[in-house]
Amino acid sequence: MPLEGEYMGRDVVINDLDTANQEFYSHCATGTLHLQNCASCDLMRYPTTTACPWCAKAEYDWKPVSGRGTVHSYTEVHHAIDPVFREHVPYHILLVDLDEQLGQPTEHEALRINGNLVDADGEMAGEDLVNTVGIGTRVRIVFKDMGGGIALPLWTVDEEAEQPETVWRYGSS
Amino acid sequence: MRDIDATTDRNLRGKYAIVGIGETEYTRGSGMTTRALGTRAVRAAVEDAGLTFDDVDGMLSYSGNDSIPSTVVAGDLGMRLNFYMDCQGGGSSTEALVGIAMGVIEAGLCNTVAIFRAMNGYSEFRIGGTGRSSGRSALSGDALFGRVYGQASAGQNFAHSFMRHMYDYGTTPEQVAHVKVIHSEHASNNPKAYYKNRVTVDDVLSSRMICKPLHLLDCCVETDNANCIIVTSMERAKDLRHTPAKILAVVGRCSKPRMDNHYQHGPISTVAGHYARNILWSNAGVGPEDIQVTGSYDAFTFTTMLQLEDYGFCKKGEGGDYVSSGVMRLGNKRPNNTSGGHLCEGYTHGIAMVIENVRQLRHDIDDSCPIGEDGKRQHTHDYSEGGCRQVKDVELSANLGWATPNTGSALVMQRGD
Repeated sequence: MPLEGEYMGRDVVINDLDTANQEFYSHCATGTLHLQNCASCDLMRYPTTTACPWCAKAEYDWKPVSGRGTVHSYTEVHHAIDPVFREHVPYHILLVDLDEQLGQPTEHEALRINGNLVDADGEMAGEDLVNTVGIGTRVRIVFKDMGGGIALPLWTVDEEAEQPETVWRYGSS
Repeated sequence: MRDIDATTDRNLRGKYAIVGIGETEYTRGSGMTTRALGTRAVRAAVEDAGLTFDDVDGMLSYSGNDSIPSTVVAGDLGMRLNFYMDCQGGGSSTEALVGIAMGVIEAGLCNTVAIFRAMNGYSEFRIGGTGRSSGRSALSGDALFGRVYGQASAGQNFAHSFMRHMYDYGTTPEQVAHVKVIHSEHASNNPKAYYKNRVTVDDVLSSRMICKPLHLLDCCVETDNANCIIVTSMERAKDLRHTPAKILAVVGRCSKPRMDNHYQHGPISTVAGHYARNILWSNAGVGPEDIQVTGSYDAFTFTTMLQLEDYGFCKKGEGGDYVSSGVMRLGNKRPNNTSGGHLCEGYTHGIAMVIENVRQLRHDIDDSCPIGEDGKRQHTHDYSEGGCRQVKDVELSANLGWATPNTGSALVMQRGD
């Protein structure tokens, strides 16, 4: 059975051969981010893959993670390509280093998870919020229900985390 | 496994050459099919080389969006091929296909190969999924990790690397804007260029923001055009019309780790050239310090800078200083993209930058300099607006092709005998 949902007016379809993505987005609907964890070398990976990027073995389990991390890089989009994003400009696409497995298995590796900056309810962030977030901001995952038993992971500012005194934003340097 | 032994003959250094070049006009609205465009470019290149259509028995093409298969172009021109292949790929394909052409000729599969790219890149298939061809499909597979978040265009996809370079090294928008400024100066001496107007750093920084750190003028033009180059052996090149552009080394589609999602493996401000340079310079037998003209792919101002840095034209992190120092300007030490490149001349997925360097090595750039009694241009080396763009006494060039931060190709050429 394909899993079918909808996000911002666009159809999302995960067909039944794509089992890893069906499981990934079904886990999101439970409210906890789960990542594939290699049964052989015990390393997690993102996005979903059909083998372990470090040991090439196929077997894996799903491992729950905190969903907390630090912005590694970002872009602030002013010219939307997809028409559904036009009413939301400027919007952020964040690349976030997850707290788990940071700097493993080698120094410059991390579970770097993509996603828009949203408010705590999962709605696209307004300009005030966009203007405060940059490299170094502490963020946490929130999920937007897409229907059909699947949800989309997105990022919001982690209100409980200790934020750095300054974050790096375009124009800072 | 990753070390290429360049001490053996198998890298074919100096054994092959680019002997023919062809291009159509750089327009926004070619008014013809990619089939007609491709045919025109291939015919122009075969004729430029001084070859007949029977002499060319191999064909390679590539496409990211629209193109036209070799079968159709060869058929239209009455060519019977001993080898052809149409590949998937955009930027950085040209240099990789030069390597394939050398390999199949060396293996005895054919004698001479035409490599072409035909695209209505403005009027039909615009990169990022807009234009006449755009259609809305359901989000699935890889789109669930990118396009779902409004991350669709090349700029949106590459921006994480560009922003992180600014963070890691203090690179400024002003420094990087010089890439556009210099390329626009070069384009003003290129009668073929789509944008011939010279711009300033202020013009770049005051153009509207597309996605940070990219302003409109940090992004390349989109155009309709077709281009072709002809690869054959140096032995065959001896009898042909032009001074050959001898191929010293090729790197084809060299990648960073984690090609499935390259941001997983940092530093994300490092690009494929970091890996490719070890193959390129050892195979070429020369180093970046020897190169007199570069063609560093300018899909964006940042891509030119990142590649020059990672291929070793300056120290890591000093790309901002390099591109703003003036070294890349015609008349200075190592001009880059003397045609104006993708930022100004037209967008061809890299093949036009190879054509430009072939012309440079022939000492026969098609600028506005007067044509002498021998039928050749008398280059003035006056690089003021509307003037010359021939680099004086140039012997060595490098093309640095960009696909993504993750993947790149490169080509070192020398003026032949």
